[in-house]
Amino acid sequence: MRSDDVFNLTLRALALTVIGGFLALTWFLWKSAMPALHVAGVAFVWRTEWDPVLGEFGALPFLWGTLVSSLLALLMSAPVSIGAALFLTDIAPRGIRAPIAFLIEMLAAIPSVVYGIWGIFVLAPFVREYVHPLLNGHLGFLPLFDGPPFGLGMLTAAMVLAVMITPTITAVCREVFRSVPDPLREAATGLGATRWETIRLAVLKTSISGIFGAMILGLGRALGETMAVTMVIGNRPDISISLFKPAATMASVIANEYAEAQGDAHLSALAAIGLVLLLVSSIVNIGARWIIKHTESKTHV
Amino acid sequence: MSEGLPRVQRRRHFKSVMANAIIAILAGFAILPLILVFSYIARAGLPALNLDFFYKLPAPAGELGGGMANAIAGSLLMVVMSGLMAIPPGLLCGLYVAEFPNQKLALALRFVIDLLTGVPSIVIGLFAYAVLVVPMGGFNAWAGSAALAIIMLPVVSRTTEEILRLIPGQLREAGLALGLPRWKVLLRLIIRAGRSAIATGVFLAIARASGETAPLLFTSFNNQYWTKSLSEPVASLPVQIYTYAISPYEEWHRLAWAGSLVLVSVVFAINLLSRLLLKRGAK
Repeated sequence: MRSDDVFNLTLRALALTVIGGFLALTWFLWKSAMPALHVAGVAFVWRTEWDPVLGEFGALPFLWGTLVSSLLALLMSAPVSIGAALFLTDIAPRGIRAPIAFLIEMLAAIPSVVYGIWGIFVLAPFVREYVHPLLNGHLGFLPLFDGPPFGLGMLTAAMVLAVMITPTITAVCREVFRSVPDPLREAATGLGATRWETIRLAVLKTSISGIFGAMILGLGRALGETMAVTMVIGNRPDISISLFKPAATMASVIANEYAEAQGDAHLSALAAIGLVLLLVSSIVNIGARWIIKHTESKTHV
Repeated sequence: MSEGLPRVQRRRHFKSVMANAIIAILAGFAILPLILVFSYIARAGLPALNLDFFYKLPAPAGELGGGMANAIAGSLLMVVMSGLMAIPPGLLCGLYVAEFPNQKLALALRFVIDLLTGVPSIVIGLFAYAVLVVPMGGFNAWAGSAALAIIMLPVVSRTTEEILRLIPGQLREAGLALGLPRWKVLLRLIIRAGRSAIATGVFLAIARASGETAPLLFTSFNNQYWTKSLSEPVASLPVQIYTYAISPYEEWHRLAWAGSLVLVSVVFAINLLSRLLLKRGAK
């Protein structure tokens, strides 16, 4: 009896340590961010000036960069991921399902910095030489495609991000499609539906909120992604609608400037950006998990 | 009427074939990047890879040759240290959450672990900087390892939890019926029953930590030489790849590709090994 009490006490102590550690993480970030927030107040979040030399610190360019690059990545990745998941659950011959699923999972295993170096030396030149002439040459009058042919910028960052979040969205979508009961598919087929009609009516219609949850989870992954984005986005704290102009994200500015930050005000402003990033990604992740959990329990009944 | 029906059916059939083809093409798009990335790394990395890479120190900027021996050693050191810090508590956290679901504290822990999984690794770096770099007066190996450990812990805990939930309750009951204390049942029977699957989770966490760059940038920083003490900055493979990739020197780009090839090979090897282990354990 007594040895069990000791065991349970140990586990409880460990749990308290981990929970305490997470609280400490938040508190230390808050403490490091305090000087910057003290100077600017809540306005820190919507100020657009970022100039460490002049001591001007506003987070809006980075919030913009993070949001736009992540949403663009989601826009590119969602159709591919949903298609890949459908392929794996409903279309592919059984023999090739596992190998293809394995290959997609391997995409998630490639380290971020490796995507970054590939982005700099392969994807950025590709964007500069093919994508920019195509979009800017024909549609350059639109502010969206107006911009210099650097190769490094918002679009390239979003493309790398899209590749990186595809395994996450595919894996969750696959689980969601798998949890659709087979009798539903059989009923549709039995009524004479073609394969696509079965997928549309039996699988996709019942999975809408699950797909939504998968996309939000992918978005959460994209928001915090650091290295690959830092290496290809160009790192300029500008707010622009153009896909070809350099930009910066919350994660990229911290990665880029923290180790060489000049003075306490700069360090504190970067910590404040980290705090905002922590807040945003936590909310998005909790939301995604809630949606996914909610749909799972619904389809199983 | 009798002529219209086949036409409708033909259109439905055509639509279905088209949709299937589009889905297959989308799936192709999903794996295309893997092929593109991997083939390019192999092509650019293999010619740059030689023995020097594994046992020489980095050469000064502008000079030819040199290697990443210190970065490989540094990565190894920090991954081992972070593994020691993260794996035992990670296992126990997973065990606690899976086996004591009626305790409020276990539910709270589960929520915090879920939150930790979603914390961007760069934010974890900021925390390690505040707690271990500032008080110790400079970038050091401890801070880098601790940051990696915080990233590994939730991965280990969550896979352990998932595996333990799959182990049938009869095993617990059988152990308890034999008069074993609960801790012995859990540590000796239940963990052992799931050991190959748990090991897979541990390996995946190690693979993840080996490739992490962002939290090391301002914790362990970088070092062009061998590290003599854990309270000094230490080089690591991912940070070295980053530094070389964004440098203006052709020779350094070459080494960065060689480093990427080594890093990706190690990570893939760990992934494959852990899967084989899982298959063997399942038999």
